[in-house]
Amino acid sequence: MCLAVPGKITEILENPGLKMGKVDFGGVIREVCLEAVPEAQLGNYVIVHAGFALSVLSEKEAQDSLAAFRELGDLETELSPSQPD
Amino acid sequence: MRYLDEFRDADLVKNLVAEIDRTVTQPWVIMEICGGQTHSIMQNGLDQLLPPQIELVHGPGCPVCVTSLELVDKALAIASKPDVLFCSFGDMLRVPGSHGDLFSIRAKGGQVRVVYSPLDAVKIAQQNPDKQVVFFAIGFETTAPANAMSVLQAKAMGLTNYSILVSQVMVPPAMQAILGSPTNRVQGFLAAGHVCSVMGYWEYPEIAERYRVPITVTGFEPVDLLNGVLTTVQQLEAGKHEVINAYARVVSKEGNLPAQKILKQVFQVCDRNWRGIGLIPQSGLSLRPEFDDFNANVRFDIADIQTKESEICIAGQILQGIKKPPQCPAFGVLCNPENPLGATMVSSEGACSAYYRYARNESVNV
Amino acid sequence: MTEKAFPSIQGAVCAVPLRHHDTIVMGHGSGGRMTQELIQQVFQPHLSDPELLAGNDFAAISANAAGGTRLAISTDSHIVYPLVFPGGDIGRLSVCGTVNDVAMSGAIPIGLTAGFILEEGLSTALLESIVVSMAEAAKEAGVQIVAGDTKVVEKGKADGLFINTTGFGWIPRDTIINGANAKPGDVVLVSGTVGDHGIAVLAARGELGLETEIRSDVAPLNHLIREIVSSAPHTHVLRDPTRGGLATTLNEIACQSRVCITIREDLIPIQPAVSAACEMLGFDPFYVANEGKVIVILPPDEADAALKAMQANPYGHNAAIIGTVSESPQSRLLLKTRIGGTRILDILAGEMLPRIC
Repeated sequence: MCLAVPGKITEILENPGLKMGKVDFGGVIREVCLEAVPEAQLGNYVIVHAGFALSVLSEKEAQDSLAAFRELGDLETELSPSQPD
Repeated sequence: MRYLDEFRDADLVKNLVAEIDRTVTQPWVIMEICGGQTHSIMQNGLDQLLPPQIELVHGPGCPVCVTSLELVDKALAIASKPDVLFCSFGDMLRVPGSHGDLFSIRAKGGQVRVVYSPLDAVKIAQQNPDKQVVFFAIGFETTAPANAMSVLQAKAMGLTNYSILVSQVMVPPAMQAILGSPTNRVQGFLAAGHVCSVMGYWEYPEIAERYRVPITVTGFEPVDLLNGVLTTVQQLEAGKHEVINAYARVVSKEGNLPAQKILKQVFQVCDRNWRGIGLIPQSGLSLRPEFDDFNANVRFDIADIQTKESEICIAGQILQGIKKPPQCPAFGVLCNPENPLGATMVSSEGACSAYYRYARNESVNV
Repeated sequence: MTEKAFPSIQGAVCAVPLRHHDTIVMGHGSGGRMTQELIQQVFQPHLSDPELLAGNDFAAISANAAGGTRLAISTDSHIVYPLVFPGGDIGRLSVCGTVNDVAMSGAIPIGLTAGFILEEGLSTALLESIVVSMAEAAKEAGVQIVAGDTKVVEKGKADGLFINTTGFGWIPRDTIINGANAKPGDVVLVSGTVGDHGIAVLAARGELGLETEIRSDVAPLNHLIREIVSSAPHTHVLRDPTRGGLATTLNEIACQSRVCITIREDLIPIQPAVSAACEMLGFDPFYVANEGKVIVILPPDEADAALKAMQANPYGHNAAIIGTVSESPQSRLLLKTRIGGTRILDILAGEMLPRIC
């Protein structure tokens, strides 16, 4: 289940009673229901499933986790014995 | 795509695989319970990169696969009615009922339309006031808020021609059913990241404690999946059984409260029959009685359905991780994506379909 | 009583004025005057090959002066919806599709026939714009439309318009290019980004609510193929990955040639927006249709020359080497994933549908 992809909110639509927005997934734009992410603002990335935003993506958490995975590689280089010249 | 491609980086994958290699000292059986995760693992060939001691088992995380045969037959019966415009996610169109599937109903003249979102089905209802528009509302907790929203929208618009046929299932009861089974082999769990984005993971510590099984909330991209495996293996090696969130950019412990509110407003918990597994109590969602007007089960009185499941299909054992698809005698012989015997071969993320498409030739792994 | 002069036929016009219809009606398919009117008003202004204008029920084509003795002939029926989409229309598609099929044999396409099945109610202006599009595509390809036919069916029986085109051309002597020709050691190239056409048409249907700038890649490739074959005269296989996409076509070749083809995910060109659409819908871009791309399989020592020739052509500027051919496992297509795994790519089973799982 759960095919959901991240996209950037490029427009918040004036829609009485139902918060909708336009989300850009990297060259493809679609209308998305933002009712479940009332805190979402223009420029935020949201995770979208079946035309419905489930969560605002934390860009900080994303960057932190990527940095941590990169560090794993650096750690490995440090730990491995030095190569002979 | 931003925040997708970075989590497919080959170097980060190498780093994580190396770390898993360094950590593992003995065999472990880890289950992932989301079909989307199964699909990603098979599509990327992730299981080929893991050390041989780690066995990845695929759970019943495919709402398409576990939708009961009775419900599929009901859907077919409703879709056959002349004044009905039946809308569905694409996944369901090839799922075999007792006699045929939604595709064959369309071939016979039934109106069946694929939609990307349940809200599109509501639009279709608005544009076709002379038709009864029925939406096949399948899914786990991930899809429940969207399905619920469609009912609320239809109600707000005063539509009288929109209803949903509900086949919602929930993950934690399924996890408990698997872990509580006497034949259970699962030692660690990758929890479904997008289900948790809605529901949070506050329900899991109790499960982890009761069955002494580490649970890691995991995403879907190769880097996320390997991180989920690494985190779980680290716990297993250390003898721990905690719940760790390895998908923090999307998931919080309490989940998405507005989404849960929408869900609870429209749905209530009920018993649900899982195709291939059987009845799991309190494992499904159904419409609250105040939404009877939007309940296809109520609107359409379908006479007792006589179901007929394939006798050869072992989808139930596959879904519980007891057997792997190549162990099924029909796999690739009588049963393939063009002629599926069971739902696990139809759904693009059913375990049988994933194995068939991506890995049936053993020499691939050389 | 004055004798009435017998009226002169010369320069006479029919008392009932020629009608210009806004839409196609059943009478246009009668084979009588209305059919003639339709052909005169809508088709002939744009399709002016002498054989076509001669008004026979056949076209007479000369033998090939260059001495090629094998005729490549191909037919295709086109049923796209919507009829007009970003980057092209059913007219351009019907010309390019068949020109390309003929060109994939190494032949130089000469001409096409075009059969039209029109739905009652089709806008005549739309029909004319499609005919114009066909004329332009034919001109670009350097082919003539030499014979044609039109029929009309009742409303509801033809989705607007169906077009069948049959194309032909002489295969140069000594040219052996076909799907059974791939050899172990060969290199696999593709002329550009995959999935453009399928996504453009899907978005144009409007049912999934996608807004995008993606355009169909529909194009006549015969000139590009000429350039490929002259720079790489030992080319073994040419094929355009249309319905079913790159993966289905490579599977067909792997089976015909009884070889294993392995392609690398990181080398296959794909537009970011096409990739995004596929991610959203759960599509695999390797199965999405193309209408302006060619797969080239050839010996390794000619790969660079072919690549340069392709990249110098506007329809091949994103060309890339994407894989290799080996002996086994026979009749198999494999993908080396971006992260180092390997998976089987089967042929497309049935329709690709948007999924939530």
